[in-house]
Amino acid sequence: MIIASSVTKKFGRFKALDNVSTTCNKGSCIALIGPNGSGKTTLIKSILGMVVPDSGFISFNGKNIRKEWTYREQIGYMPQIGRYPENMTISQVLSMMKDIRNKQLGLDEDLVKAFGLPALLNKRMRTLSGGTRQKVSAALAFLFDPLVLILDEPTAGLDPVAAEILQEKIIAEKEKGKLVLITSHVLSELDEMVTGVMYMQEGKLLFHKSIQALREDTGEEKLARAIARIMVK
Amino acid sequence: MRKIVKYVVADILRNRTVLVYTVALFAAAFTVFSLEDNNSKGVLSLLNIILIIVPLVSIIFSAIYVYNSSEFVELLVSQPLKRKTIWLSLFSGLAFSLTLAFFAGVGIPVLIYQPNLLGLTMMAVGSLLSIIFVAIAMLATVIIRDKAKGIGAAILLWLYFSLLFDGFVLFLLFQFADYPLEKPMIAISAMNPIDLSRILILLQLDVSAMMGYTGAVFKDFFGTYSGISFSILVLMSWVAVPVWYATRKFNKQDL
Amino acid sequence: MRSVLTICCMLSCFFAAAKTITVGKGRAFQTITAGIAAAAGGDTVLVYPGIYREKNLLISKSLVLKGIDFPVLDGEHRYEIISVKASAVTVEGFKLLHSGVSSLEDIAGIKVYDARDVVISNNILNDSFFGIYIQNGTNCIVENNLLTGTAKNEQQSGNGIHSWKCDSMRIIGNTVSGHRDGIYFEFVKNSVIWRNKAQNNIRYGLHFMFSNDDMYVSNIFENNGSGVSVMFSKNIKMFSNYFAENWGDASHGILLKEISDGYLQGNYFEKNTSAVYMEGANRIRMTYNSFRNNGWALKIQASCMDVELERNNFIGNTFDVGTNGTLVQNTFNNNYWDKYEGYDLNKDGKGDIPYHPVSMYSMIVEKYASAMILFRSFITTLLDKTEKILPVLTPENLRDNSPLMKKAF
Repeated sequence: MIIASSVTKKFGRFKALDNVSTTCNKGSCIALIGPNGSGKTTLIKSILGMVVPDSGFISFNGKNIRKEWTYREQIGYMPQIGRYPENMTISQVLSMMKDIRNKQLGLDEDLVKAFGLPALLNKRMRTLSGGTRQKVSAALAFLFDPLVLILDEPTAGLDPVAAEILQEKIIAEKEKGKLVLITSHVLSELDEMVTGVMYMQEGKLLFHKSIQALREDTGEEKLARAIARIMVK
Repeated sequence: MRKIVKYVVADILRNRTVLVYTVALFAAAFTVFSLEDNNSKGVLSLLNIILIIVPLVSIIFSAIYVYNSSEFVELLVSQPLKRKTIWLSLFSGLAFSLTLAFFAGVGIPVLIYQPNLLGLTMMAVGSLLSIIFVAIAMLATVIIRDKAKGIGAAILLWLYFSLLFDGFVLFLLFQFADYPLEKPMIAISAMNPIDLSRILILLQLDVSAMMGYTGAVFKDFFGTYSGISFSILVLMSWVAVPVWYATRKFNKQDL
Repeated sequence: MRSVLTICCMLSCFFAAAKTITVGKGRAFQTITAGIAAAAGGDTVLVYPGIYREKNLLISKSLVLKGIDFPVLDGEHRYEIISVKASAVTVEGFKLLHSGVSSLEDIAGIKVYDARDVVISNNILNDSFFGIYIQNGTNCIVENNLLTGTAKNEQQSGNGIHSWKCDSMRIIGNTVSGHRDGIYFEFVKNSVIWRNKAQNNIRYGLHFMFSNDDMYVSNIFENNGSGVSVMFSKNIKMFSNYFAENWGDASHGILLKEISDGYLQGNYFEKNTSAVYMEGANRIRMTYNSFRNNGWALKIQASCMDVELERNNFIGNTFDVGTNGTLVQNTFNNNYWDKYEGYDLNKDGKGDIPYHPVSMYSMIVEKYASAMILFRSFITTLLDKTEKILPVLTPENLRDNSPLMKKAF
């Protein structure tokens, strides 16, 4: 579904992505793991077209995304820190996104309801806590029932209950045959969700394996331990 | 595109700065007209507002707004939207809001006290200056990514257009006083939208003095239809060129 | 001796029974020439409506030539239409068209040669070379005539009302347009120009040369090539005239060149490039004049002396006073300047700090004309303000020591 081939991106001298090639298929939930500054967010942004690679290309459903923009209709994106026009209320943000996406029907409002957003609809964005903003971001990512979900640190800042709700939602969407890409530092919460792991370091994609293969290779059941073992090597 | 413009405008109009700007313009314009017993002195004070305050507020407000909405822009970029659409919407929203603020603040007093060609010229020139400095601000923000540096650059640009450039022209005038400078001066004035705007207003305001020898050269040029079209065209390109270049740059930019 | 003669003459006219001779279709005479020939001194020739092409009408007797409902006299672009060569002639109520044009002679619609007590009134002159030309006249009246010329350039055009070597003239209520100079005086003394209107003439609305002891009052001068020009004359009084929209480089409301002992009072100057331009003017007194929306209200060259300005209003002018030197021997007192920014603590209606009507920028523009393009820019405003605090360029002693806080009138 998403194919990256030899994607390289430099920020000045710093190589954020170094010859990254991989393929992500639907029905899988892939965890993007790596230390800080390893290029996870840059890879995600490249897929979203927010960062333009210096070389290599990314294709979405067989089409090069360079100079394309309609493919983003198929993507729900939850950024690390969601910032919105400060003077807008939640309901205005929601209706604005619906307006921009030009989609009023067939909406997936599970998360909106589960997070209790309807009670906060008239609050302005600048008055919201970081956690509530994350809830809005998450709700927006899932709202349009997209084929691909890209979640950058989705549970950071969420309270445990909300995190739990989100995890269940992710699993449910994966079951429906969608592709989910997650970056997270909290490896323990990924265990139940992911089907595959991409590990990045210093801009390079060290491996992209299914979770079974990883467990077999390392002999560890828990993802956190398996990764720790790799990092020690 | 219209959708995003709508949201940008709604957002800016809710911003207190624009409201304060509108009210301040309105108060200033009303005071200068009602304090002075003759309108021409009021017009002079208003001229300074239009040539100094309007560009200053336009460029700084736009720069700050663009920097502050970088996350919002990021959010939009991740949506199924063309970058060009997003950028031009941001520009149109800013230009529209600041022009609207200018019209509301200055337009009403001008309509009451100067409902003539001079008032009309001032309104037109003020609106164009608002838009031009939005365009210049956006070019600055797209080139300079750092917020503090960018706002500093915006202030410097304003200082350049409203003061330093004229100082340079004055220097040229003194240095080359022995040469016929009238025609080159017309070309040089095209290089600064504030100067060009000022001359357009001068032709209404100081028409008697502008009919003197050198003034007559300017009047012969700027007073004709082709001269006015030239001026408007130049002012328009002061909008179009920065916007075009900034859009091109934004299209390739990493967020 | 002469006055005795005059009285005798008048008495004889009075006693001789004055006849009235009529000219026109179905009247006693068919042509004016015949009518004039038949008339004796003191008679009246009445001309009925019609078109008369009689080449040149020569009047050499003291008679009244009067048109009824503006009979037309056509000069066919070749002739001087009426020549008056006798005193005490009245020409009234004609419409004169197409006088001759010549570059050698000063052909006019009506020309008076060496005569006195001639009255020329209520005529309409269209397309004349010179309009009404008085040569060596005394005590003549030119009143309520309407002169419309078709002048295109200075070389091939004549003046509207032209007086040369005259004394005690009265030029009243005429309207002159489209000539070279509207009204022209050369070697004319003791005369009055009153309530005339000179518009759209190619050169000057009014032109004075070598004429002393004259007065012009309540005239309107608008849109003439370069305003009104008073040169090489003495004792001219200029009261309550209106000067407007005289636009151009060398253009001015009024030019005072080499004149002395002039007095300007109650004149109104509006939208002129320079309202009053003085060069070599001495002992000029200006009071109660209004200067509004001019480029320069006053351009006073360093060659002027003892010019006194008192109780004038300066409102909305781009520059109040321009000058080319720093030596100033003129006085300004109690004028109202709208640009004055001083205060009046003792409430006597006069500002407590002097006003300097010469702005720095007007000095700069005087030297570097192109600098006009930077006028009213931020930097020049700053320079002007600095100059006000620390005068460097502007003449320090050109100032109004007690400027009025309110308009002088």
